[in-house]
Amino acid sequence: MSGIPLEAVYGPPDGAFPGQFPYTRGLHASMYRSRLWTMRMFAGFGTAIDTNRRFKEIIAAGGTGLSTAFDMPTLLGLDSDDPMARGEVGRCGVAIDSLADMRDLFAGIDLATITTSMTINSPAAVMLALFVAHAEEAGVSRARLGGTLQNDILKEYQAQKEFVFPPRASMRLVRDTIAFTAAEMPKWNSISVSGYHIREAGATAVEELAFTLANGFAYLELAREAGLGVDEVAPRLSFFFNAHIDFFEEIAKYRAARQLWATWTRDHYGAIDPRSHQLRFHTQTAGVSLTAQQPELNIARTALEALAGVLGGTQSLHTNSMDEALALPSEKAARIALRTQQVIAYESGVVHVADPLGGSYFVEELTNEMARQAEVIFDEILAMGAGSMLEGCIRGIEENWFQGRIADSAYQLERSFNDGTRIVVGVNDFLEGNDDKDLEILRITNADETRQRERLASVRRGRDEAAVSAALETLASDATDPEVNLMPALINAARAQATLGEMMGTMEKVFGRHVEVPTL
Amino acid sequence: MSVRVLVAKVGLDGHDRGIKVVARLLRDAGMEVVYTGLFQTPETVASAAVQEDVDVVGLSMLSGAHLTLAPLVVEALRERGSDVPVVVGGIVPSNDLDELRAAGVAAVFGPGASAEEMVATINELVAARAG
Repeated sequence: MSGIPLEAVYGPPDGAFPGQFPYTRGLHASMYRSRLWTMRMFAGFGTAIDTNRRFKEIIAAGGTGLSTAFDMPTLLGLDSDDPMARGEVGRCGVAIDSLADMRDLFAGIDLATITTSMTINSPAAVMLALFVAHAEEAGVSRARLGGTLQNDILKEYQAQKEFVFPPRASMRLVRDTIAFTAAEMPKWNSISVSGYHIREAGATAVEELAFTLANGFAYLELAREAGLGVDEVAPRLSFFFNAHIDFFEEIAKYRAARQLWATWTRDHYGAIDPRSHQLRFHTQTAGVSLTAQQPELNIARTALEALAGVLGGTQSLHTNSMDEALALPSEKAARIALRTQQVIAYESGVVHVADPLGGSYFVEELTNEMARQAEVIFDEILAMGAGSMLEGCIRGIEENWFQGRIADSAYQLERSFNDGTRIVVGVNDFLEGNDDKDLEILRITNADETRQRERLASVRRGRDEAAVSAALETLASDATDPEVNLMPALINAARAQATLGEMMGTMEKVFGRHVEVPTL
Repeated sequence: MSVRVLVAKVGLDGHDRGIKVVARLLRDAGMEVVYTGLFQTPETVASAAVQEDVDVVGLSMLSGAHLTLAPLVVEALRERGSDVPVVVGGIVPSNDLDELRAAGVAAVFGPGASAEEMVATINELVAARAG
């Protein structure tokens, strides 16, 4: 503001700079000076028609990327008329049952120019099949589709718990999507390897870092088993991290993540392509750090967390709304959350210099220490897998090792809130103001559930049942042969208007169902 | 005799951080805790509560389905002749409290509820039921 001229980056002449291996200081030489992070806000609710309207508003406001939130039944591969879906249809996201809903979701949106992120895991292959079937029907070939499938099943067993099939069968589906997109969808990111949910479930920052990267290495090994080279796969993986409230620790976490990914992909997996070494990531502020008490304080928490993501060099960012400890965000709260990013981007000046904290004794040491501690965890996982990160991750899930560590860390943190060794403003200290009037929150009714069930009934009435049965039979027989890629059979079933629940149910008959042994 | 609590996840909500932490905090307070695991139905929870002869049922709900599912759990318990109190923890807007109470939910613990508060409320409910 005072007119002092600023360099794009600072550092000693012989030091490491952003844009250089191992990318500790950032992926690009000039970072946000040349291009701001993407302000990608997650949306989805009610029926596909409702969400399509929201998507069009986002595009009209200048958005170039869509991010789809699905409801719980869809995330678990259930149709909206399934008895287990009661009370959940269209509540946490949009309900997608069949190709008809996919048509509604993207009606009037040009899929050749807009990128689409789909946050779904257990039924990720089915959702990709529905998306490809719709796009091709709308005249956009699969090769032109750009976007991301979350498709990170390992963290579902470890943390988020939206699983359907047993781990090994799920990994076969992940392998099929990696191979299919590598061969036929050059603009598609096959997996968003996600630490966000691991952290939200209670892991520490180091555990989030280590478990997430270990999962990333496991997917590289899975692709290698399918005959794909590391440089074919690694550039199509992106990452998704949490931004929690401990400011410097979070910044160090992102820097350590880039450094570890670069060195491990090169030294342990033989990657040569610089794009394989570069860890690109999306950040979301920490939902668990928000409080129901004095919820306006959540704006301040989210701003600090978002700033950590920016100073850590994130490629895209979602900021949570102040009312999320109470309900899904209201329109006003979501707008304030987006505006918070804009204040950081356009007012604060932090975007002018790349990695402004690089060279800080504290931040550099914290970065190295987090990387060291993550390597200790890598060794533990490798030991479980007898030298294989893939096997170690699966064994760790089957033996409740990840789940146990995450639960232990969550418990320790809660104890520190209960005994007052950690302060949460408005919760265990500074309580004046807790009796203020409640915020206006978003109310969702059961009307969407009824509408969606009627919609599904009409799809079932209007389709060719013989074609559906034939497509599902092909899917079932392909599923019994682990060498066969299931994507063609899924796309075929999607075109025949088989429902999500029918496709998942058909595979479940072959794969079985995962039941987590309840442990405390 | 120590208080026996069944903690349960009903429906499709996989968020199990809160329920696991609360289960351990209740154990620390000397209660016996049984956990159903994920993806239960109101019927399986009610059956487990009767079979385990618990004093309280605790539901953890963070996906917004509490108004649909919590009353169904109360109903399923009463159909099985059980008057065991049902408490709910998680993301529950304050506007929903009256409706939950009317449906027979005995107490609701919002985000940030302390261990002492939960333990005290559960003990009161158990004492009131013992009459």
